[in-house]
Amino acid sequence: MFGFEYPSIQDLVVWPNYFGGDSFWALNKIGLISLLAMILPALMFLLSKKEMVPRGLQNVVEGSVEFVENQIIMPAIGPEGLRYLPLLLSIFLFVFFGNIFEVIPTFQMPANARMANPMFLALIVLVVFTVIGFKHNGLSYLKGIAWPHDVPIGLRPLVGFIELLSVFLIRPFGLAVRLFANMLAGHILLVTFGALTIAVFTTSVLVVLTPLTFGMLIILTAFEMFVSFLQAFVFAILTAVYIDSSLHAH
Amino acid sequence: MSVLATIGMQAVEVAQEAFTAAEERNIAGAAGAGMAYGLAAIGPGIGIGYLVGQAVQAMARQPESAGAVRTNMFLGIAFTEALALIGFVVFILLKFA
Repeated sequence: MFGFEYPSIQDLVVWPNYFGGDSFWALNKIGLISLLAMILPALMFLLSKKEMVPRGLQNVVEGSVEFVENQIIMPAIGPEGLRYLPLLLSIFLFVFFGNIFEVIPTFQMPANARMANPMFLALIVLVVFTVIGFKHNGLSYLKGIAWPHDVPIGLRPLVGFIELLSVFLIRPFGLAVRLFANMLAGHILLVTFGALTIAVFTTSVLVVLTPLTFGMLIILTAFEMFVSFLQAFVFAILTAVYIDSSLHAH
Repeated sequence: MSVLATIGMQAVEVAQEAFTAAEERNIAGAAGAGMAYGLAAIGPGIGIGYLVGQAVQAMARQPESAGAVRTNMFLGIAFTEALALIGFVVFILLKFA
């Protein structure tokens, strides 16, 4: 109608391999961003100096550690959760760096908008909180879930079944889908307004609408930065909450 | 509701007259996808509105506990929002898969 051609979903999320063809070592944009999301935080930590008075990069690094300590671990688990700081910090930084490439020019694709990344992270979380549950409570961890004591005896099979489903199936599924769908929706939103701006700009009459669509694009870019931070925060704090429920199972 | 149903039936009739089977399936998929996301957004929309409203009220009443309230608010939003996001995934699946 206005010369508006929306790109197909294949063009938005499927990227050709840079090299390697179909072999195991092939690398595409998602793989590159995932690698960067792994390497950049590690480099950040290695390159920062360990001084008494932090300057520059050290501020960022110490700030991220303190953020995970004070905003994620302390409210969700408490002081005994501080031993899970490395895990939660890694998850937080990996998810955040994977997300923030959504708004970085030349990449402009969140690595977590493909299901493989969030699914694998969620599987890691599933293994972690299951192992912690069995380690701290023994077999009574499973019994506490499948045969809950604070429920009337007639309802226990039903509630236990629902609890089993919700803990071992819905939890990882929800974690993965939450991150994946948020990032994919944000990516599609940005693409929509980008394509709309181009379409409006190249028409004759509707060109007056360009400031509106372009302004919206800028606002949405800022919003997506916030969302990529928020989703990393939510992923990490939900991991912490699940670890806490495994620690204090009854 | 009956108006919607009438429009829907008319759309189906038009589809049966004018389109091939594949196109018909695409149209049904697109209509179902739009409907799926729209319906999935209702509940979480109400839920998040209520949740954030109550959180703001709590923060206004007790500003000193604003930090804890905010953390729990984001947690609650994350749980509530999941339903809408599953609706969005169903939308993608119906529309493109």
